[in-house]
Amino acid sequence: MVALFDLDGVGLEIDGHRILDDVSFTVPDGGITVLLGPSGSGKSTLLRLLNRLEVPTEGRIELRGEPLADLDPLALRRRVGMVFQRPVVFPGTARDNLLVARPGADDDDLAERLRAVDLDPKVLDRLADDLSGGEAQRLCLARTLATDPEVLLMDEPTSSLDPEARDHLERTALGLVEEGMGMVWVTHDLGQAERLGDHQVVIVAGRCATEAEAQRFLANGHAGGSGEPEGAAGSRDGGRRA
Amino acid sequence: MPEHLLLATAAADADGAMNPAIGWGGLATSLLLVAAAVALSWWQGLRLEREILWATARALLQLLAVGYVLVVLIDPDTPVVWAWAWVVAMVGFAAVTVRRRAREVPGLTGLAVVALSVSSAVSLGVVFGLQIYPVAGRAIVPIAGMMVGNSIGGLVVAARRLIGELSERRPEVEARLALGQPWPEASKPFVRDALRTALTSQIESTKAVGLVFLPGAMTGLILAGADPVDAVLVQAALMYLILGCVATNVVVVGLGLTRRLFTPDHRLVRLARSRS
Repeated sequence: MVALFDLDGVGLEIDGHRILDDVSFTVPDGGITVLLGPSGSGKSTLLRLLNRLEVPTEGRIELRGEPLADLDPLALRRRVGMVFQRPVVFPGTARDNLLVARPGADDDDLAERLRAVDLDPKVLDRLADDLSGGEAQRLCLARTLATDPEVLLMDEPTSSLDPEARDHLERTALGLVEEGMGMVWVTHDLGQAERLGDHQVVIVAGRCATEAEAQRFLANGHAGGSGEPEGAAGSRDGGRRA
Repeated sequence: MPEHLLLATAAADADGAMNPAIGWGGLATSLLLVAAAVALSWWQGLRLEREILWATARALLQLLAVGYVLVVLIDPDTPVVWAWAWVVAMVGFAAVTVRRRAREVPGLTGLAVVALSVSSAVSLGVVFGLQIYPVAGRAIVPIAGMMVGNSIGGLVVAARRLIGELSERRPEVEARLALGQPWPEASKPFVRDALRTALTSQIESTKAVGLVFLPGAMTGLILAGADPVDAVLVQAALMYLILGCVATNVVVVGLGLTRRLFTPDHRLVRLARSRS
């Protein structure tokens, strides 16, 4: 079976600083793959490589067997949607936000998009800036889904939300995955990784963690974590996939 | 009409009106005001005395040097090509000045040269093509000087504002790019804000003219004894040219700079944060 993403020897250097080094692992097609690691380990940057908001300085990334470098970046970004750490709403109403991703859509279509992320369609006429943090992040998710992506990249999307809004978004995400959406989720929260992760990849200091590094992180990681992840299935060359 | 206004100084003398030449004695007297500025700085402990004196001396030397060059350039016997060469040099100096005032903006010198060249070519083409003024050194040099000089501020504001907008609102720009928007579309709201800010100042100046301040060309002509209504006509024509010139500059630099700030594969490059 062709992997959703295949990373081989991926490295990234920015202004002389090495951000990622020789990262190799595969993201299976199906379920949620969690990229786990301490803050500043490079996992968000790694996620940005998957829709070409960054481009690796070394190595190769494939989406369903196609090299990312060969794909049109704009078409790729509509196939591989991204939800950012903090909700980034655009000026105007929720409708205006959705229309950026889906120009010309009618209100019935947009209302359906909102219902898909558990938002009341009445939100369409509200100013996006007036929404709560949880609502704003769900609007961002709806906006990303409005391009009909086949994969979602979630960059710590619940880190600025309260527990209730976080749980709500997690449930929505799980529902999307059940419907066949591919998903890569970045977090440093071990509890969240356990709740969501069908597959886990631990990133430490810009590379796939060794067994010892992964164990150390999992033992001393985020307070929400409860210890050992599920059955290990190591990545191609040393990446710790738990 | 313009030719006789450009010769207003001579006309003023002939009519027995006020003589605009203040002479070295008048200049020396005006230094009393510089002495007042130095005294105020010393009294208030501003420590700007040396700066004031240096600025005063430098301005005098620069203006004298330019004055002697202008004597040659506007001489009817001097080939007009020298006036055009002076315009080219002005564009170069202006581009360097713009670069100095917005160091955080990458590649600004080249862009400013392009913008100033385009706007000067268009504006001077209109002025001389439509024979608003005669193609002579005494018209080319001051008109180009006013256009290029007035464009510097707009260029700096446009460039700095654009960098500031795109760096501070990077998350929104990237959220738009992540939705598959091409860079011209993703950057449009921010480019629009930057260009509006850069142009607003010139538009406000144009609106306030006459009510709040009397602009330089008009003041000079009146001091030289020209009829105020004639002076107004000259000034109005110049202001419209300056407005058009500044708008052209701001748009050329805004769009050119935006293009440089995105990669061909629609990524926003890393930006130094503007300090303004």
